[in-house]
Amino acid sequence: MNAIKVVEEGYKRETPNFRVGDTVTVNMKVKEGDKERVQAFTGVVIGRKGSGTRETFMVRKISYGIGVEKIFPLLSPMIENIKVIKEGHVRRAKLYYLRGKKGKAATKVKEKAFSETQQ
Amino acid sequence: MKGIIGKKVGMTQVFTEGGHLVSVTVIEAGPAKVIQKKAKDQDGYEALQLGYEEIRKEKNVTKPMLGHFKKVSSPAYRLLREIKMEGFNEGDNITVDIFAKGEKVSITGTSKGKGFQGVMKRHHYKGGPGSHGSMFNRAPGSIGSSAYPSRVWKNKGLPGHMGDERVTVKNIEIFDIKKDQNLMLVMGAVPGPNGGYVIVKSEAALAVKES
Repeated sequence: MNAIKVVEEGYKRETPNFRVGDTVTVNMKVKEGDKERVQAFTGVVIGRKGSGTRETFMVRKISYGIGVEKIFPLLSPMIENIKVIKEGHVRRAKLYYLRGKKGKAATKVKEKAFSETQQ
Repeated sequence: MKGIIGKKVGMTQVFTEGGHLVSVTVIEAGPAKVIQKKAKDQDGYEALQLGYEEIRKEKNVTKPMLGHFKKVSSPAYRLLREIKMEGFNEGDNITVDIFAKGEKVSITGTSKGKGFQGVMKRHHYKGGPGSHGSMFNRAPGSIGSSAYPSRVWKNKGLPGHMGDERVTVKNIEIFDIKKDQNLMLVMGAVPGPNGGYVIVKSEAALAVKES
């Protein structure tokens, strides 16, 4: 199993440190025909899943009153960059409870009192 | 033709440059040592006998085998396999770099043993309905006609031992070669359990060595 981990390590790219509860902007490359453009998706990270090259994270945002969730593969080359906008303080690994909330409460995640990593 | 002996390490998923996540099998391929060169005038055919996986303790090797290895002043190896290839001499080490990225290879291994299995698993028979009081569930059913042929046709699929046999998968693309780690990543699955021995072969000529 160890050799597999070593192989996976070789395919990793640098990703920013972010946690569940943080608000991030994911800039994703979108191919339309032969044109390529960058699409941003900003929201709260409500979960991270998997390990190694298979790790994914889930981002939730409220778009015109409708909750939208997207799952991104963390190491996908189609992700141009991930920017951490706000660091949140949460006590859960998965923020599925946000799905049941309405209005202002739906986006409410306590902010960290002080940031550990300098943005 | 060229080939190498290896060991299946396991599977994982990796992104291609185009952004697709693909399943790959990691194979620890080589280094394999050429123990004997079979020659046409002596043995009737030409091939290289390769040794893979060194045995450290000499006491674990039988004396006749030890003599065979001593002939080329080499340590003992656990696995010996012949591959019809040229371009190497006795005592040479064959490493993964005889293969190149993107090349198509065929991989031979011993499939996982499944034990004594019924016809549904072994021959993909349909079986009967699972419910509604059906008493015909996984049985093979009729295995032929009566007056003619009065016997069961050859190759009729019946229950029996499944798996643990030599399986070759052809046209597997090499996804990547890790020369320094003796690793090879191939697209898709490879027969056998993790840790099982595999033989990787290619009809293509030896890749030109860059040195």
